[in-house]
Amino acid sequence: MEITLQVNGVPRTADVDPRISLLDLLRERLGLIGAKKGCDHGQCGACTVLIDGRRANACLALAVAVAGSAITTVEGLAHGDELHPLQAAFIEHDAFQCGYCTPGQLCSAAGMLGEPGPSAVTGDLAADPGLTPEEIRERMSGNLCRCGAYVNIVTAIAQVAP
Amino acid sequence: MKSFDYARAATASEAVGSFRPGTMYLGGGTNLVDLMRLGVARPDHLVDVSRLPLADIEQVRDRLRVGAAVRNSDLAAHPLVRSRYPALARSVLAGASGQVRNMATVAGNLLQRTRCPYFQDVTRPCNKRDPGSGCPAIEGDHSGLAVLGASGACVATHPSDMAVALAALDAEVHLTGPGGDRIIPIPGLHRLPGDAPEHDTVLQPGDLITAVELPEPPPGRQVYRKVRERASFAFALVSIAAVLDVRDGVVGECRIALGGVAHAPWRAERAERALIGGPATGEAFLAAAEAELEQARPLPRNAYKVPLARNLIVRTLEELAA
Amino acid sequence: MNRIEGRVKVTGLATYAAEYPVAGMTYCFPVQSAIARGRIVRVDATRALAMPGVLAVLSCEEPPKLAEDADGELALFQSREVCYRGQLVAAVVADSLDNARAAADAVSVEYEPAVHDVTLSADHPGLYRPEVVNPNLPTDTGKGDVEAGLAEAAYTVDVTYTTPVLHNNPMEPHASVALWDDEGRLLIYDTAQGASWARNAIAAILGMPAEQVRVVSRHVGGGFGSKGTPRPQAVLAALAARAVGRPVKIVLTRQQMFDVTGYRTPTIQRLRLGADADGRLTALEHVAYEQSSRLVAFAEQTAAPSRVMYAAPALRTAHRLVRLDVATPSWMRAPGECPGMYALESAMDELAYAAGIDPVELRVRNEPETEPDSGLPFSSRNLVACLREGARRFGWETRDPAPGVRREGEWLIGTGVAASTYPARRMASKAVVTVQGDDFLVKVAATDIGTGARTVLTRIAASTLGVVPDRVHVELGDSDLPDAPVAGGSMGTASWGSAIVRACEELKSNGKEGRADTAEEIAADARLARHAFGAQFAEVRVNAFTGEIRVPRLLGVFAAGHILDDTLARSQFIGGMTMGLGMALMEETLTDAEFGGFLRRDLAQYHVPACADVPLVEAVWLEEEDAGLNPMGSKGIGEIGIVGTAAAIGNAVYHATGHRVRDLPITPPKILVPRFQPL
Repeated sequence: MEITLQVNGVPRTADVDPRISLLDLLRERLGLIGAKKGCDHGQCGACTVLIDGRRANACLALAVAVAGSAITTVEGLAHGDELHPLQAAFIEHDAFQCGYCTPGQLCSAAGMLGEPGPSAVTGDLAADPGLTPEEIRERMSGNLCRCGAYVNIVTAIAQVAP
Repeated sequence: MKSFDYARAATASEAVGSFRPGTMYLGGGTNLVDLMRLGVARPDHLVDVSRLPLADIEQVRDRLRVGAAVRNSDLAAHPLVRSRYPALARSVLAGASGQVRNMATVAGNLLQRTRCPYFQDVTRPCNKRDPGSGCPAIEGDHSGLAVLGASGACVATHPSDMAVALAALDAEVHLTGPGGDRIIPIPGLHRLPGDAPEHDTVLQPGDLITAVELPEPPPGRQVYRKVRERASFAFALVSIAAVLDVRDGVVGECRIALGGVAHAPWRAERAERALIGGPATGEAFLAAAEAELEQARPLPRNAYKVPLARNLIVRTLEELAA
Repeated sequence: MNRIEGRVKVTGLATYAAEYPVAGMTYCFPVQSAIARGRIVRVDATRALAMPGVLAVLSCEEPPKLAEDADGELALFQSREVCYRGQLVAAVVADSLDNARAAADAVSVEYEPAVHDVTLSADHPGLYRPEVVNPNLPTDTGKGDVEAGLAEAAYTVDVTYTTPVLHNNPMEPHASVALWDDEGRLLIYDTAQGASWARNAIAAILGMPAEQVRVVSRHVGGGFGSKGTPRPQAVLAALAARAVGRPVKIVLTRQQMFDVTGYRTPTIQRLRLGADADGRLTALEHVAYEQSSRLVAFAEQTAAPSRVMYAAPALRTAHRLVRLDVATPSWMRAPGECPGMYALESAMDELAYAAGIDPVELRVRNEPETEPDSGLPFSSRNLVACLREGARRFGWETRDPAPGVRREGEWLIGTGVAASTYPARRMASKAVVTVQGDDFLVKVAATDIGTGARTVLTRIAASTLGVVPDRVHVELGDSDLPDAPVAGGSMGTASWGSAIVRACEELKSNGKEGRADTAEEIAADARLARHAFGAQFAEVRVNAFTGEIRVPRLLGVFAAGHILDDTLARSQFIGGMTMGLGMALMEETLTDAEFGGFLRRDLAQYHVPACADVPLVEAVWLEEEDAGLNPMGSKGIGEIGIVGTAAAIGNAVYHATGHRVRDLPITPPKILVPRFQPL
């Protein structure tokens, strides 16, 4: 099937097998290796991208099912040479070691910063809570980091959070 | 993954009209794509219903109508859900991750399948996946599996958090299918395994959930609480959705549903009956919990769920009564 | 300075093994054994070969030619014998990943199953005394009379701890891309922790001269030991690429990783401790029971840390191994020290309670003059200073030792302490430094698996040359560079750094170039007991109703020689401690007794800590001067962080609840004993 996606602002057309995931399409066909494959089942978050502005697991999205959508990968976060504030904060606070979960952490954080509403640790459901470290930890728990950089990841995100 | 053909339906009736043997409906894909990659789900035809015009949340008189394609995160963030059905909002927020909640639909959440390790591994027997092949979980790893309503054929649990809250809130699903439109109450949508564990629900082939409707919230306070060893992004060991209304020390309304203990969200009707009209005391809560859990038939490695469910019922009701 | 590769990592441009753009790529997907023991009667590939895009099926029906002495895990398709469930028994190559995977499902393997045995027990009839334990240590050691020491003790502890199968689970799956050129040379982009070692091993198994093989691993997405030696996918990629005459990519699935990339053996450990009335040990015995596969005898050095830690006139350690129909265990972060110190440091806590002595004080009283087992002098040892500094920072002096008495609402609160230790070794390495314009180019086949090797080696070279780090460029991750040992055993920096210092010194003397090989220097190293030490403190909250355990605070204080880079060191320490938290509270792979193989083979069932589990992990260190190590005065720090964490948490759980759980992980079911009645 022929599908078209906006990837990091650029229309990309590909003739795809309906089985291919958005993640494999990006990595194996479009040359965008930023989104990582860690588990291929939505259990680790390394593949997180923004689909129409919302963070999602690219491994669980069939490419045909997101045809027509706008996809942002980690390659699309920076503006030219100017890093996204999250990218700069991750470097500043050493918020990664091996770097394999990092693109997913960054896309997840970028999506998370714009998400409305409470989380599982929010006390008052009616109020929109600020992004305290506790809120950031809960909201970022879909992105596993085996190197154990969580403490630094939270510090980096907190620096950027409103 | 086995080959299949893919089509995107424009309307619910078009989706149902295109249904034939071997067809599965694709919502957010968070469980179906996962199961297809494992070889557990092997559709020939995939009909994508994720973009059907069923993504609205609207108040209809006293009721709340939630479209089947509403994403989990939108449900939890909706002001009416947060203010009027806090147990539902909290149950959704307790499930999966931010990414998964952004993708998963309400209907897909209800129809997600068990995370029993044998069910998910096509190289091992499983009566749910391969009827008649056996249930190795009974002698093997059943530590996360059912203590209530299980059978000798299957001890799987339903993994949804949201369904537990919906069961406590007496929600109902609206569906359309080859046999026309129907309404099914949510305690009742999911089956107990009996000798046909391959059927998770009472849905018939081709049935498509179009909406979930919640009646006016019952009086009283509501809560959802989930116990898990990892602090986030983990399925429940046991969870509870509860509603309690106490007037002058007497229990008026009481709803209790348990998750992680059965093949379906488990409405604790015995406990509810024992409490309604009686005193709202710790002793009464404990007696009610024990009355409910008398039915439990734990296995060696999931026996902890009985005291856990008991403590959770008592503690949750105490908090709601406070 | 920030991590040198920081920018490429945050922009998604860092290239991991599976990510090199290669024209004409094909994809390989393995087929795994569905039985735990038996024989392959037939592999029928007819149906698979007829499927779209399929190029080849490899199996024992046409065994590829490999070296006869090949490691059992790498000797692919050489035998019809099945040694564990999940072993690779065939593989499909196709033009796309989806086609390869679908065809792998269609390969039909007929087995003649045999009865299997996958269950470790301390009385297994197959237990034996292996010749050595990893890496090459004596299996048993002993001095003094343990029985007499126990008999004369005022206080004794005789306890058995178990640890489950644990999986490294680096975030990057094991992957290889193999390309053969027209001259018969092989290039593998591999997820290797050491390019030189991987090159040598792959060349040997393929029967090729090492110079015909090149392994490139510029970025590795974590390994924690599981990528320390070549895994089957590297050999399979090479074989598959030769079979189809095109480049081949293999990325193991998360599930396959559980079976064929190694794991930490489950352990059963019996500790017998005796102490006099003052808490001084009269005897210490540590016996470990563990498993390996029928293919490879990997014996973890679980009891080895007991040879290092405490002064005891009678000291015995022993290891017993049983070969089962299970996958092959291997290195996982701090093999030996990690599970062994969990048991020893838990037992020390039990002894502290038995003797009524503060657990910090108990350890201080048993501080040895020389290494207890060998009698060798320590190059440096600052365990007591770590304990004291940690106690001060943690607020230990106000701690009430009584278990099960602190409560805030639903939560029982407790604190615990444990010691950490890890050997400080180095191995021979080569390095070359040259002048490049105004800058300096350092070449060494080191690997950066997330430790920050690029950055720290840059700093070592700059500091030796006396120039700013900006003028130094380190090239690593390629077996065509000067030979270097693996990033493992906490000896990467010490090994590579020694060679870089020597090369830089030579360059400074001749102004042009420095070439170093530290083999002779290291062979001449004095015989000393070289270890890093540390003390870990944990605060836990245990829910009295649900048994949930949360860890609001972890503190580690370490003494690891000269710390070369504060930022990188802190990340290493807290990363290890975070993994230790997972070991304490959630990590466990189950073995399927009925069908063999593992259960919970994914990240939804094998829980590693998530962000919400880790609120506060602090690591600090004491500046330690030690001239007996290496030119940098450094001790490795990649592993010590995980050593002791689980014991500190377990000891805190006891302090919170009064309930001693001796089987990891400590989960709600193990806490939910009937004692916890609702109020």
